[in-house]
Amino acid sequence: MTTAEFPGAQSPARTYSLRVGGVRLAVHEWGSETAPPLFLVHGGFDFARTFDEFAPRLATAGWRVVAWDQRGHGDSEHTALYGWDADIRDAIGVIGQVTNKPAPVVGHSKGGALMIQLADAQPFRFSHLINLDGLPSKQPMSDTAEHDRTRMLAGDITGWLDHRRITATASRKAGTIDELARRRANMNPRLPLEWLRYLVTVGAREDADGWRWKLDASMRFGGFGPWRPEWTATRLPGLGMPFLGMLAGQQEPMGWGTLPHQIESQLPLGGKLHVLADIGHFVHIEQSAMVAETVLEFLAETT
Amino acid sequence: MNTDLLTHNKVRLALHQLRPGTGRALLLLHGLGEASPNEPPPWTKRWVGPVYGLDFTGHGMSTVPLGGGYSAETLLADADIALAHLGEATLVGRGLGAYVALMITGARPRLVRGAVLCDGPGLWGGATGPASSSFVNIEPPYSAPDPNALVELSRDLRPPDYAQLFARLAVEHSGLVEPIAVAAVVRPPWLAAVTDEVGVVCCSLDDALAGFATAVSRPDVG
Repeated sequence: MTTAEFPGAQSPARTYSLRVGGVRLAVHEWGSETAPPLFLVHGGFDFARTFDEFAPRLATAGWRVVAWDQRGHGDSEHTALYGWDADIRDAIGVIGQVTNKPAPVVGHSKGGALMIQLADAQPFRFSHLINLDGLPSKQPMSDTAEHDRTRMLAGDITGWLDHRRITATASRKAGTIDELARRRANMNPRLPLEWLRYLVTVGAREDADGWRWKLDASMRFGGFGPWRPEWTATRLPGLGMPFLGMLAGQQEPMGWGTLPHQIESQLPLGGKLHVLADIGHFVHIEQSAMVAETVLEFLAETT
Repeated sequence: MNTDLLTHNKVRLALHQLRPGTGRALLLLHGLGEASPNEPPPWTKRWVGPVYGLDFTGHGMSTVPLGGGYSAETLLADADIALAHLGEATLVGRGLGAYVALMITGARPRLVRGAVLCDGPGLWGGATGPASSSFVNIEPPYSAPDPNALVELSRDLRPPDYAQLFARLAVEHSGLVEPIAVAAVVRPPWLAAVTDEVGVVCCSLDDALAGFATAVSRPDVG
């Protein structure tokens, strides 16, 4: 197996599979098995091994760090259906099989937004909730004229349906490690190429004709539906567990463009918001040491 | 009854030909927890084209996938896979199938030659905006109808303005003056909003089918 090196990156101490609702999910752990658990939840189109550099910092501080590949991502099973509620049910399945006590949960991007909803629905699972640039705000589309919105929706729907007609035979494009890393750089423009090359070796598989991301080829960017991102923010003010949000100040393709003033009024009582002015969406990768230290300090002072 | 198995991602969709015929197909979309009928319903008697019924994912003879993850948008894609096979069709949807019929009429306005929205299971759907949520994992084995489908599709969000967008797309791009007929007696908020749209007519199922059988396109569209 080819594995690139990246300073500070460590393979998980344990990797195993769990079944949730019949779906096989890959779980990765760093740190002592007997330490108290802390959960990391990755974002859309990412996978648990993107925590290879961040997780060991938390594990070294005495946590059993547990992350899983969401269905269709990383080493988890590719399913027929994907959905927001299904991702939350999968999370409950993994968390519930690790512990039945409240534990800290750190979610990045979509993983952060998923955990806001789970913390609202099942608060007893959370001792703390930490959100890394996964704070949704008002959808920019809402401000566009009605006829423009209708036209944009039509394009989104047609594109998505055309994609669904061919997903049964679709596969990800093969390439060299360097080609996959450079492709990912389009969506992760602020991350070092060396890190993206490392990710290829843990998030892609090597076929006879080259490397392919393990991500299910039926998944695609964009999409449409009745849910509005700003509705997730309505679940924030009522959260009862200690809450820390870290908001990226630098906008980039995978970010959500949320501005501090849009979220400050939605914070739960006593909740904290750190605005990282010079950092992009992948805060825990760009400034891994600082973000890990902030998380650990927050856990220490609120426990 | 002849059945074709169509492929939608990892799901095999059962599309049943309930009656052969010549001309445009009539496609029936069932309600939540139902399946396609085995025989053409009596009200299809005057339709001269073939009559088909689709089993949505997790229903009837279609695949019951593991782990759920259903949305009305997934069923919209099921209907689109059927249209890719049939070409132009007129739709009759019951309950949840009525909501899907509305969506696909807006999404594929040149393929759908009129949709009739009827009462049936799953017509209401879930909340119209954010609501308290609950999550229960249902362990397999499952059989049709998939219990995950029954849970997830009975509470899918149905904001009225979202449903209206599909009605507007249908009216703007279908070429029919009135591409959507509401035969349902019950009008949940999404359907009440759709009913208020220009180009949506309220009438009986029989009248709607008679109208769509002879429908002509508006001269200003394609």
